[in-house]
Amino acid sequence: MKIHEYQAKELLAAAGAAVPRGIVASSPAEAVAAFDQIGGKPVVLKAQIHAGGRGKGRFILARRASAGDKLSDFGGVKYLTKRDDVAAVAEVMFQYPLVTKQTGAEGQKVSKVLVQEAADIAREIYVGIVLDRAIGLPVLMACAEGGVEIEEVAAKSPEKILKAVIDPDAGLHLYQARRLAFELGFTGDQIAQAEKIVIALASVYLDKDCSLAEINPLVVTPKGEVVVLDAKITFDDNALFRHPDMETQRDEGEENPADLRAAKAGLTYIALNGTIGCLVNGAGLAMSTMDIIKYHGGEPANFLDVGGGVTPEGAIEAFRIILDDPKVKGVLVNIFGGIAKCDLVAEALVKAGREVGFKVPVVVRLEGTNVDKARVILDSARKELPTMQSATDLTDAAKKVVAAAKG
Amino acid sequence: MSILVDKSTRLLVQGMGKAGTFHAIQCREYGTNVVGGVSPGKGGTAKDGFPLFNTVAEAVSKTGANATMVFVPPPGAADAIMEAADAGIAVIVAITEGIPVLDMARAMQFLKGRTSRLIGPNCPGIITPGQCKIGIMPGYIHKPGPVGVVSRSGTLTYEGVWQLGNVGLGQSTCVGIGGDPVHGTNFVDVLELFQKDPQTEGILMMGEIGGTAEEKAAEFIKKNVTKPVAAFIAGQTAPPGKRMGHAGAIISGGSGTAKEKIAALRAAGILVADSPADLGTTMKKAMKK
Repeated sequence: MKIHEYQAKELLAAAGAAVPRGIVASSPAEAVAAFDQIGGKPVVLKAQIHAGGRGKGRFILARRASAGDKLSDFGGVKYLTKRDDVAAVAEVMFQYPLVTKQTGAEGQKVSKVLVQEAADIAREIYVGIVLDRAIGLPVLMACAEGGVEIEEVAAKSPEKILKAVIDPDAGLHLYQARRLAFELGFTGDQIAQAEKIVIALASVYLDKDCSLAEINPLVVTPKGEVVVLDAKITFDDNALFRHPDMETQRDEGEENPADLRAAKAGLTYIALNGTIGCLVNGAGLAMSTMDIIKYHGGEPANFLDVGGGVTPEGAIEAFRIILDDPKVKGVLVNIFGGIAKCDLVAEALVKAGREVGFKVPVVVRLEGTNVDKARVILDSARKELPTMQSATDLTDAAKKVVAAAKG
Repeated sequence: MSILVDKSTRLLVQGMGKAGTFHAIQCREYGTNVVGGVSPGKGGTAKDGFPLFNTVAEAVSKTGANATMVFVPPPGAADAIMEAADAGIAVIVAITEGIPVLDMARAMQFLKGRTSRLIGPNCPGIITPGQCKIGIMPGYIHKPGPVGVVSRSGTLTYEGVWQLGNVGLGQSTCVGIGGDPVHGTNFVDVLELFQKDPQTEGILMMGEIGGTAEEKAAEFIKKNVTKPVAAFIAGQTAPPGKRMGHAGAIISGGSGTAKEKIAALRAAGILVADSPADLGTTMKKAMKK
């Protein structure tokens, strides 16, 4: 689960990190009030969306079919000194979707703007914590060049990245923080300030069960103050059960409605751009099903894992979600029945067909326990569900659904 | 021969709730010697013919259990794994899906320097056909034979095993290493065991996007495995930055793609199936070479 920058900064501040003064606004009027409260000093308006690349993004002011979109001349992060400009820029930020390289062409609606006191920057530094899968432990990574894409640095010049492995029980040791502060080139009383911030970052990561906690950039002001200019935090979904306070920070407006709906029904659904819907049991087989569609010349419309057991309720909801996508021209059902018996799966599919109505071709490939009984059930439903056909194997299924989707 | 589990395995089940009990029965019906269950507070009683114990230590001393199957729900699963390791259980198979990553990081530190081998979590388990099944896989699709199977997935593994059966290839042992980012046994561990196992004549490996375990496996195979290996990588069409069902199946920062993994495997001389419908035939081809 992702949270917004302002929420991440609140968590870091509570853990002892120095963050610039900022006020969250939910309307242009609140943004102006925040500017006044900050004392009329220069501010930065920061559109709060989960996607990255905000600074370089643009707001879509109008969609024009022939001449392309009309875009704003500023992005989701804007430095402003005048009260009137704050009002005007906030107006655009709240009204139009923000498109960045991570949002897709539709962009993301902005419902909160962080009005932050502008900080002068003498130096930028990167500090972030992620799980290092190779060793199974969290690792703090730092780079003396901030404001960068850390993955790019890691790929091109890994020697520039400083690392400290974090003991999940003891946390980041003071000596590790101190060593990093020296290696990053901090001097004088900046060292203590930097130590405090990286220790705060590590404690938030461990205390809140994060999968990512990142300060990018951490900046040094010309006066020698070390502050968190931007921060990003993602929580481990599997640990949310023990952080009910974090669950309240969820912004459902940021999540794909179909993904949310699926999650509520116990399904894992990820929308994609193709025309062939998939309904599969198990994540590995679901990915493989997408792959075989592509292999035979189609494009998958989604990833959908119905989980181990296939219930009529689950299948009905799964079909509703898949068929709600207007791009879907055909559906491939691929179930390997182990503990979930194929005949029960077939019954669930027929029920779903009656309930939802298969308006596009549905190709069913079942294999495993009781598959012969399942074929009888599907065959006897053929008249009732004329768009449904069964396949003899995975390749046959993929070819049939690709052909059917092309009409 | 086989790896890790066989006729001599004495299995304990931790977490005798609905799912744990159901699969304990399924394993027993397959022929696994299930010696009891651990259900704190219910020690001294029995459930469906399985004697129950309050602690793993007690169960081990009374039954001589040398393997355990963990069904404990996510909040207590890492603790259950550590309890099993502390009691000296040789093979710990954690089926539980959804364990917090930091819990697993702590459990893995705990396992260091101990003799237990952890398989999973978030895995279908391990089976030596005709001898011992520990996990949730449908037992009857497996047949004894020469192919060692190792996979990060559940149903895709069944698919692979099914296809092996269709081309007349049975299995020595099938190991599901699990779909989580932090897990006990990895590809390299299992490959090493298959290489040493006399029954295993070929290895089918099924990986997926996320992490670099397949690249490490490719490197290991090139240097250390003389037996034929066939592979498949799921997620060639997966978009970056999205978790594809498994917690560990995510392309992050452009790394962990299927393309990179397939390239690494092919560079190591491994036959990689382009289509998931060709798992069995690719293995057959690799073994004929």
